[in-house]
Amino acid sequence: MTRVQLNYVFKLFFRLAGYSAVFILLGIFAMLLINGALAFRDISLGEFFTSPIWSPSAFEQPQYGILSLVVGSILITLLAMLIAVPIGVGAAAYLAEFAPKRVENIVKPAIEMLAAIPSVTIGFLGIVLLGPFLAQLFGTTNGLNALNGAILLAVMALPTIISISEDAIFAVPKSYKEASYALGANKWETLVNVTLPSSASGIIAAIMLGMGRVIGETMAVLMATGNAAAMPESIFSSVQPLTATIAIEMGEVPYNTPHYYSLFALGVILFLITLGINLLADRITSGFQMK
Amino acid sequence: MKGVWGLVVLTLLSCSGREYESVVIRGSDTEVNLVLRLAEEFMDQHSDVSIAVTGGGSGTGIASLINKKTDIANSSRAFRPSEITLARSRGVQVLPIIFALDALCFITHESLALDSLNLQQVRDIFTGKVDNWAAMGLQDLPISLYGRQGNSGTFFYIQNTILQSDYSLDMKQMNGTSQIIESIKNDPAGIGYVGIGYVLNKQGDVIDGVKVLSIEGEQQGAVSPTITQNITSGKYPIVRPLYQYLDGKPEGRLKDFIAYELSPAGQRIIAENGYFPISEAYQQANQKVLSDD
Repeated sequence: MTRVQLNYVFKLFFRLAGYSAVFILLGIFAMLLINGALAFRDISLGEFFTSPIWSPSAFEQPQYGILSLVVGSILITLLAMLIAVPIGVGAAAYLAEFAPKRVENIVKPAIEMLAAIPSVTIGFLGIVLLGPFLAQLFGTTNGLNALNGAILLAVMALPTIISISEDAIFAVPKSYKEASYALGANKWETLVNVTLPSSASGIIAAIMLGMGRVIGETMAVLMATGNAAAMPESIFSSVQPLTATIAIEMGEVPYNTPHYYSLFALGVILFLITLGINLLADRITSGFQMK
Repeated sequence: MKGVWGLVVLTLLSCSGREYESVVIRGSDTEVNLVLRLAEEFMDQHSDVSIAVTGGGSGTGIASLINKKTDIANSSRAFRPSEITLARSRGVQVLPIIFALDALCFITHESLALDSLNLQQVRDIFTGKVDNWAAMGLQDLPISLYGRQGNSGTFFYIQNTILQSDYSLDMKQMNGTSQIIESIKNDPAGIGYVGIGYVLNKQGDVIDGVKVLSIEGEQQGAVSPTITQNITSGKYPIVRPLYQYLDGKPEGRLKDFIAYELSPAGQRIIAENGYFPISEAYQQANQKVLSDD
């Protein structure tokens, strides 16, 4: 082989490697879309999007309404972010601005280790520890509910939110803060009025990435939220999120049935929600960068 | 989990280089531990056979038989007509064996002041018509329902035979019988359904933390499933046959294994593990299936 040929072969190889992610993404989306679309040969679009009854193994008439599943997913995601964002951003600000080196050396590896805990372990803690605790705290008879799932998800989102936010806060130029101090602002005023706004795009990206992790998470919520397909009434209701529905039912559904295809349709919905979050994050971050 | 050991045994045996006949069994989670016990005993007596038993649910076993991926499909529910049609179109000749009986029972938290229900009350509770224990004259607590997921044969049996209607959407769908039991131990307002074998210990006593409800019939008083006599006599109403489906007449060691399960020795193991021996009528039906003509 001449050098020119060799050069050509390697160029081709690297080009293919570069495009492979795009091919895989398109392939997955196409497969989801085709199989998902087949569900609508038997299920009406109106029922799928507006009915709150998901009952594929019904006695007489199976029903495939995703409304309560979507509401369940959104409920635990928002709840999880409500818990994780203040703690995450607070921890990031502390680590970047205030923490002595000694504390940082302990806390940072601890956060990284938190990210390494398998979700099935966290789900198990949700069943045996957090569930009974929440039941006792709020006087309900069991703790397999949306709040339990949301707390577990918040724990799982924290490492992402903290480490990316911390990088963003750390990257704020020193001159900004010095200017603030020079104008007589104290540390708190500088953090809230100068440092956090300057790093907002990074912090929002961190929150969005954490949210992406949360909405796609399956194992922990499957174990801790109780999996009841009814429309949730409060944060103490059992919910069955989209991910858990797919995970539970995909294993043994007979192939090429409406139920099988409807699970792909759920996959499409999940994909679109995640895509929406990512696009939104992109818009927000680029908006901030223009200023 | 025990299914894994079945596979390990299979692997170890197949390493030693001699000729072995292997049998693959898949399906019902209700049956998996029982069939594994039977297989272990059978393998102790016959060193030239290895049997791999795995669970996954009745639906898994039935799908595997249709796809010719298993020799025996364990199932706690009967084949549906649509499944038989599908099997026939793929050249699978489905033959049923009924090798044991399973009694399903309803359990609650041990503190609940309730000892028995009639079938109509069971229906009202699990379809969501009654959603508070106050309606049963007990304390004012919302009932929390625990059941299996839709691919479970137990889910299907209760829905079709007892409820004959849809489950309440508020029922929590648990991943296995043990999860139902663990959840009810912690939930003073919980009620769920499980196989009786899961809540009795080796001595035949109910395990700590749960209460097994008696069922009231129309002509009889409350009948408890914890007394073996009530089940073998047919007094307890929620008893279902446990199936093993075959593809065509069994031969060789597969046939020997089925015969062993149905023999007095096999039936004794079934009784020791919390299930119940089959009646004479079932024995005769099985013989008709197995006989050569």
